[in-house]
Amino acid sequence: MSSTCPMSCKQTIDAYFMEHRAKLLDIAAFLDRIDRSAAEASEPEDFRMAAFREALGVLSESEPHRAKRVLEVFSDPSNNPIESAAGMKGAYGACAG
Amino acid sequence: MKYIDPHIHMISRTTDDYQRMAQAGCVAVTEPAFWAGFDRSSAKGFFDYFRHLTEQEPRRAADYGIQHFCWICINAKESEDVGLSREVIQLIPEFLDKPNVLGVGEIGLNKNSRNELAIFEEQVAVAAEYGQLILVHTPHLEDKLKGTRLIMDAVERNGKIDPGRVLIDHVEEHTIKLVLDRGFWAGMTLYPETKCTPQRAADIIETYGSERIWINSAGDWGPSDPLAVPKCQIEMKRRGHADATISKISFDNPMTFLGQCAKFRIDG
Repeated sequence: MSSTCPMSCKQTIDAYFMEHRAKLLDIAAFLDRIDRSAAEASEPEDFRMAAFREALGVLSESEPHRAKRVLEVFSDPSNNPIESAAGMKGAYGACAG
Repeated sequence: MKYIDPHIHMISRTTDDYQRMAQAGCVAVTEPAFWAGFDRSSAKGFFDYFRHLTEQEPRRAADYGIQHFCWICINAKESEDVGLSREVIQLIPEFLDKPNVLGVGEIGLNKNSRNELAIFEEQVAVAAEYGQLILVHTPHLEDKLKGTRLIMDAVERNGKIDPGRVLIDHVEEHTIKLVLDRGFWAGMTLYPETKCTPQRAADIIETYGSERIWINSAGDWGPSDPLAVPKCQIEMKRRGHADATISKISFDNPMTFLGQCAKFRIDG
């Protein structure tokens, strides 16, 4: 990816490292919280968390446009309109498949 | 630095917000018609809402030296009810002549249903018939990518709409290039949790440039920040972006797009 941010790499790390370190710890604590939560042994993994774990994989890749690819992981891949939205208002944050 | 917030729902905000926005440099807002957080029971509810947008809110904004413009439509979240939607669509033309109405919006999709799409297309047709600008709401979260594609296909199917007169709002990293590549304008909404942060908006500008892009707060009754635009200005300043670039996305580009409507003029 070309250098389009006016800040140097070190300036960027200096400016944003602490904030994103904290966000990373939030994610770690969230995953620990899920582990400590009661779940039925036969319960399949929630579709949102399956997407979440897939998105985490994107973060460790070296290719650019990680934010775009994370959003694509969470997106509905279908093309056609659904038959009805009656009773539906909100979104889940990930596609139920 | 002066700015325009081209998408904010001031009906949901206090007068204190107007004051803080004015202090932060806001000179004008445009307010799209949207969902009130509950479904209205009749077209009369929309009629009163449109009167609020065209009569009451401009007066309230003027007290703080902010010019108020708006957009008229039935929003995507209530357009599953096709009968009600068509009653509301019949109200639109009489409001398009009001002095602060800039066009039809925010029309779009929510859950990407057939009814939502049909009502979207009917409102695009109204905009085409009356030569109006269009402001488009794209769906949230997992529905955004698919919905953005359906919306652009529908506008192009109409055949009478210049994409340069359509702003597709709430773009994120996975939709902005699709929107810009097809000739539309793109809006980035700065929401604390579900859309772009000021930091990500700055990242997107660094990645995709500043042509045909604006930023807005979409401040409303939910978790949102009416000062999101100046916060993004500060974020870009912090990174060392030129004042001209910051002004372009927060003032000049809104002026260019909205200026396609002869009623949009900034005083002074």
